[in-house]
Amino acid sequence: MTRVLLLVGTPKGAFIFESDEGRRDWTTRGPLCEGWPIHDLIVEPGSGAILAAGGSPWYGPAVWRSEDLGTTWTHSSAGLTYADGVDPIETVWSLATAPDGALLAGVQPAGLFRSEDRGATWSHVEGLTNHPTRSTWQPGAGGLILHSIVPHPTDADRTWIGISAVGTFETRNKGASWEPRNKGVRADFNPDPHPVTGQCVHKLVAAAGEPETLYQQNHCGVYRSEDGGANWTDLTPGLPSQFGFPMVAHPRDPATAWVIPMNGDDKGRYMPEARAAVWRTHDRGANWIRSDAGLPQHDAYLTVLREAMARDTLDPVGVSFGTETGQLWHSADGGGSWDLVTADLPAIWSVEATVLDS
Amino acid sequence: MATVVLPGSLIALFPGVTRRHVVEGAATVDALISALDRDVPGLRDRLIEAGPQLRPHINVFVAGQPADLATPVAEDDTVHVIPAVSGG
Repeated sequence: MTRVLLLVGTPKGAFIFESDEGRRDWTTRGPLCEGWPIHDLIVEPGSGAILAAGGSPWYGPAVWRSEDLGTTWTHSSAGLTYADGVDPIETVWSLATAPDGALLAGVQPAGLFRSEDRGATWSHVEGLTNHPTRSTWQPGAGGLILHSIVPHPTDADRTWIGISAVGTFETRNKGASWEPRNKGVRADFNPDPHPVTGQCVHKLVAAAGEPETLYQQNHCGVYRSEDGGANWTDLTPGLPSQFGFPMVAHPRDPATAWVIPMNGDDKGRYMPEARAAVWRTHDRGANWIRSDAGLPQHDAYLTVLREAMARDTLDPVGVSFGTETGQLWHSADGGGSWDLVTADLPAIWSVEATVLDS
Repeated sequence: MATVVLPGSLIALFPGVTRRHVVEGAATVDALISALDRDVPGLRDRLIEAGPQLRPHINVFVAGQPADLATPVAEDDTVHVIPAVSGG
């Protein structure tokens, strides 16, 4: 039996939606994690444990872990701290698993932590914090956040990360040192639109089966790199706006990806003309297809945040997104048509999809 | 022996932990929280951040008076840990 889970992070806890392979009817559990604000959830390969990243305004940052698909949880922030005298960590924004089994956590203020014991303890990846540009890092509207972590699928030494509004970096030595990877990415809000760092990457993802191919939705466009981030090509032509937050890549086809453009950074940041749509490409961003079947086409002042879109691994691929106003939408046909899963969640900060076979 | 009273929202993070604890031999709030952490691993991280200092929205009262980590704790004191009232 195939089970499909949508893991949803909100400021009022995590929620889990479950369906079968048809992905038409969904059951709901939540709020989980004691109602803590949760920014990201992932499933750990191998163990199947669910990990949730977040932070309480009272009790600080933590990574939660459930070994039973969300029924019971533990949490830890052992080692998840900066040195004395540095602004404390407010929350954990992002999680990823490296090919060597390590867990990686991105935090606010921006930094990276690594756990080699399944999240029981964490160590600071100081090479990133010690980068020579650190004193120039400026926060985006969401804060100085490390929101995207893209481990190389097979080489544990290599990882890409995205920080708003700093840009993309890559390490090739397991975090000891990092190189900016922003060439070709515009920073229209900067006097020099092509600085070495200072780009406002909103979401960084990897193409399937091509470790050197990356996509990003940026404050200033959608981009693709086919050389590990060394150079980026603007894919924005064909989209209604250069501005958006989320982006996801197909689990098997490196040419297919989805974005949800917003109307602009200074126009309210909702879907253009208040008509909801998801856009997808099947040719690496050369052309874009608007998908709105089932989505509201008037008065839809919807915003989708950077972590709030996901895809599963079934065929056809399921794609889902959550809005800042609590609607969770799902497509069981790769974004061709959309169904409303629920309309009444808190603001949706993140969506992750996973498929369980039993 | 000091008595510590923990908030419900904190003990909810540690299944099976009760609100009231008796702690022996802790001379300060810092030492008292460390002693609690030995019984409830991870509790100190929920109350204290780098500095070390109490998290911004965590209030501690010793014998009814506002306290910080360095505040002395007497043997018969009651120590309340109370999350700040945040919001309207």
